Amino acid sequence: MPDLIQIAIILVKIVALTFLVVLPLVPISVYFERRFSAVIQDRVGPNRVGIPLSLFGFKKDFHFFGLIQPMADGLKLFLKEDFTPAHVRKTFYWLAPVLTVAPALITVCVIPFGSPITIFGHTEKLVIADLDIGPLFVFAVSSLTVYGITLAGWSSNSKFPFIGGVRSTAQMISYEIALGLSIIPVLMFFGELNLGKIVQYQADNGWLLLPLWKNGHFSLPDPQTALFWIPAAISFVIFTISIFAETNRMPFDLPECETELVGGYHTEYSSMKFALFFMGEYAAMVIGSALIVTLFLGGWSVGFTADKWIQGLHIGGFHFGGLIHLTAFVGKLVVFILFFILVRWTVPRFRYDQLMKLGWVIFFEAALINVFLAALILAAPHLTIAILGIGTVLLVVVTAAVIWVAKVSEESPKILRA
Amino acid sequence: MPSYLFWLFATVMLIGGAAVIAFRNPVSSALSVVTCFVGLAGLFIGLSAFFVGVIQILVYTGAVMVLFLFIIMLLDLKDEEKRAKGIAPLAAGVGLVIAFVVQLIGVLSRTPNKSAPALNQETLAAAAGHFPVGEKIATSLTAGRLPDVQLIGHTLFTQYNLPLQILGVLLLVATIGVVALSKKQAE
Repeated sequence: MPDLIQIAIILVKIVALTFLVVLPLVPISVYFERRFSAVIQDRVGPNRVGIPLSLFGFKKDFHFFGLIQPMADGLKLFLKEDFTPAHVRKTFYWLAPVLTVAPALITVCVIPFGSPITIFGHTEKLVIADLDIGPLFVFAVSSLTVYGITLAGWSSNSKFPFIGGVRSTAQMISYEIALGLSIIPVLMFFGELNLGKIVQYQADNGWLLLPLWKNGHFSLPDPQTALFWIPAAISFVIFTISIFAETNRMPFDLPECETELVGGYHTEYSSMKFALFFMGEYAAMVIGSALIVTLFLGGWSVGFTADKWIQGLHIGGFHFGGLIHLTAFVGKLVVFILFFILVRWTVPRFRYDQLMKLGWVIFFEAALINVFLAALILAAPHLTIAILGIGTVLLVVVTAAVIWVAKVSEESPKILRA
Repeated sequence: MPSYLFWLFATVMLIGGAAVIAFRNPVSSALSVVTCFVGLAGLFIGLSAFFVGVIQILVYTGAVMVLFLFIIMLLDLKDEEKRAKGIAPLAAGVGLVIAFVVQLIGVLSRTPNKSAPALNQETLAAAAGHFPVGEKIATSLTAGRLPDVQLIGHTLFTQYNLPLQILGVLLLVATIGVVALSKKQAE
């Protein structure tokens, strides 16, 4: 009987956290994408979907600021004809969309969404699987996404999808290296791979990028933590940009860039199968943001020494602080998604050689040096001046690299002569 | 690990392994290898070796097999889809399998039938005595959790430090060698 209760709790957590928290964020981010891009481009954006009351003789339509637009989109994709071109390799063509969405949703299970909730004297963590290898698990499972995209490109049996698939494979493998190396300093600092414990530590001792309190009291960070801010910031920059590349988002959306490849790897897909790719991309973006927020920005913690107090809040035996933390987490997530969208609509797309250069030449080296820098700070705190020197040089190098790449991407390409 | 999970993952693995040679299409075969690796990772995780299991997926499934698939797709192998002829490859394959089975029997017959101690609170807490008090490994073990990542790191960087460095240099040499060779060809 206790086993059954345990299984029921896990099922409730899966349904609640995956289908009520993460999946709704996908249509919401699509809505944000459209409205925010409209704001950036001085348009209005979709704002008309609603109840067409004027059809029934009323003066005005009832629209919810266009909030129903994603639902209408979803309905459209559901009702569209599911067309399979005759020249595709059927099995793989059907398998590919699933292989894109499933890994993105599986990774949800190690993300801590809030502090533990106590109800009827029973404490429950707001994470589906409290694994001791959190970030590694996320990397491992999300590295399987590449199969979906590669197979989609190959099984479509036409040239543009194939080029898209090949580009995507090369891009994802290249940036996985930078992604993995960049968080090593972070993991060394926490000495811990359990995401729940990492967040709890940040709630008590200050977020990694905002170490302004210690043991629940405001205080300036000690020299070691203050110095560690430098490798942490470098890690943050590399990690965030690599997540952009891993999720095939602008400015790294070369696998599906419309101007060159029609639609890239999903050119031959229609209706729900296309929607699955679309969902996979947005789900990957949500998970990527969740991982960044968890590792660098304190996860569910509200911060500023308020977390202990929030965890203590209760009505009778029901400690509901976890729900406030859940809201804080989702809030941070939405802010980060808005940042993703802002970047997409402001930064122009890279050329493929620039993308590879950035990944292999700049980020790989910067991440490696960063690991040494972090190790130096953690192991030899008395070498402060040397560390400061190396840190400044590194910061300058990384900043210069980012500026250089941004600048190069604006240059007009050389004219090819046959 | 509950035995039904062992049978589940073992079956997945065996089906994957059999499918590798049963399929004629190289892409299907590559995906079968992926299935096999996922089953193997499941077995590792079932044995509480989370780190090994996840690295199995991260390295072999997520990187090595993707590159295999990549090459297979780029080469677009068509000849393989025809039925292979000749008895020699078949005989060689059977011979290899027999050699491995003989080896396996040899190893298994010499292994003493000792069952490992169960990973419960008592054995873990007893093992904590081997590590300095107050360190992360000791605290974790006393609390009844197996800190497998920390333990692997500890073993690698204390007991096997020199071999690890040598391996690292070996891999570096291989990487540089590949770059040098391909540069030479490009010129």
